[in-house]
Amino acid sequence: MARIVAGVGTSHVPAVGAALDLGKTAEPYWAPVFAGYEFSKKWIEEIKPDVIILVYNDHASAFSLELIPTFAIGCADEFAPADEGWGPRPVPTVKGAPDLAWHIAQSLVLDEFDMTIVNKMDVDHGLTVPLSLMFGQPEQWPCAVIPLAVNVVQYPPPTGNRCFNLGRAIKKAVESFPEDLKVVVFGTGGMSHQLQGPRAGLINREFDTRFLDNMTKDPKANVALPHIEYLREAGSEGVELVMWLVMRGALSDDVREVYRFYHVPASNTGLGHIILENESA
Amino acid sequence: MADYHDIPGTTVFDAAQSRKGFHLNQFCMSLMKGENREAFKADQRAYVDRFPMTEAQKLSVLNRDWNGMIAQGGNIYFTAKIAATDGLSFQQVAAMMSGVTQSEYAAMMLAGGRSIEGNRSKSEKA
Repeated sequence: MARIVAGVGTSHVPAVGAALDLGKTAEPYWAPVFAGYEFSKKWIEEIKPDVIILVYNDHASAFSLELIPTFAIGCADEFAPADEGWGPRPVPTVKGAPDLAWHIAQSLVLDEFDMTIVNKMDVDHGLTVPLSLMFGQPEQWPCAVIPLAVNVVQYPPPTGNRCFNLGRAIKKAVESFPEDLKVVVFGTGGMSHQLQGPRAGLINREFDTRFLDNMTKDPKANVALPHIEYLREAGSEGVELVMWLVMRGALSDDVREVYRFYHVPASNTGLGHIILENESA
Repeated sequence: MADYHDIPGTTVFDAAQSRKGFHLNQFCMSLMKGENREAFKADQRAYVDRFPMTEAQKLSVLNRDWNGMIAQGGNIYFTAKIAATDGLSFQQVAAMMSGVTQSEYAAMMLAGGRSIEGNRSKSEKA
């Protein structure tokens, strides 16, 4: 039986990808960011997941305003890095896990989550930056990845509660897959940041810290946060944090925090990272 | 009025903004292709005229009025493609949108970012 053993929350700041791609990781501005993931790279090398379910948002790369799926699951054999306006990132093509992805898609639909099934999709920094942070710069990504895209661009995104329940349904789907696979779920985006208008640059360390604390102490408090709270307290793009709740929902009720990292600034963003393991794992 | 209209310096990309900005954002989307970026750079006015945008939308693009684009329905993830075409970083554009120099903006971020205090609501700010 397939099983989810752990969850990873991480920001997916595009400038972090650019810093890595342009060889700037040792610069004083970026060195602390990459140092913050040294533990995580060792951790995931030991865990050796077979599949990562990577919850992220597309930033007007695969989906324009022509089509805005609230939840989309990538079922293809592979996903190419997207050209976001300055050429595709020089990272490996992402290999999918179509057997498991299709199984999850079917299970979710029958569980009343009306997923959009995607058979061809380029993946942008939202998906590739977390892989780079956790795996560095390998020739090939060391495991398969199922992209799960959540709309957080067109307001309103799904509620935190809906995201958490989707995570619950993903857990059920994975556990009903007969193959013996080790799965890690990534929830990405955030933390506090605002990229637009006169309030650009907003960072709310207190909000971010409380959100990280409550991933273990009181997940229901995070799940109950209304959109206005994210928009007001964590900035207009801080609402991306609902995607971390898909990851939290996919884990057991009892999890232990294995690692945490928080750093300001990474470009315009409060960069947050957490690793959670199921207590039973 | 929605609750989020009370947040200062912030335009939430809701249905009204999305409908207003559809063609502006579709223009931005076209800049995902290298050949279109070249055509835009070669003759910006001719290129924006290919899209059924309002004149105000076109001018906001040609003048790189970043806040103006947002007011006209532009979404930052779309307008960022113009910035990428211009070779500008997100942080440079953020500085322009918040009305400070890039070095002032960078210094603010290094000092922990824009504080939430006084920035929660328009009533608090007034």
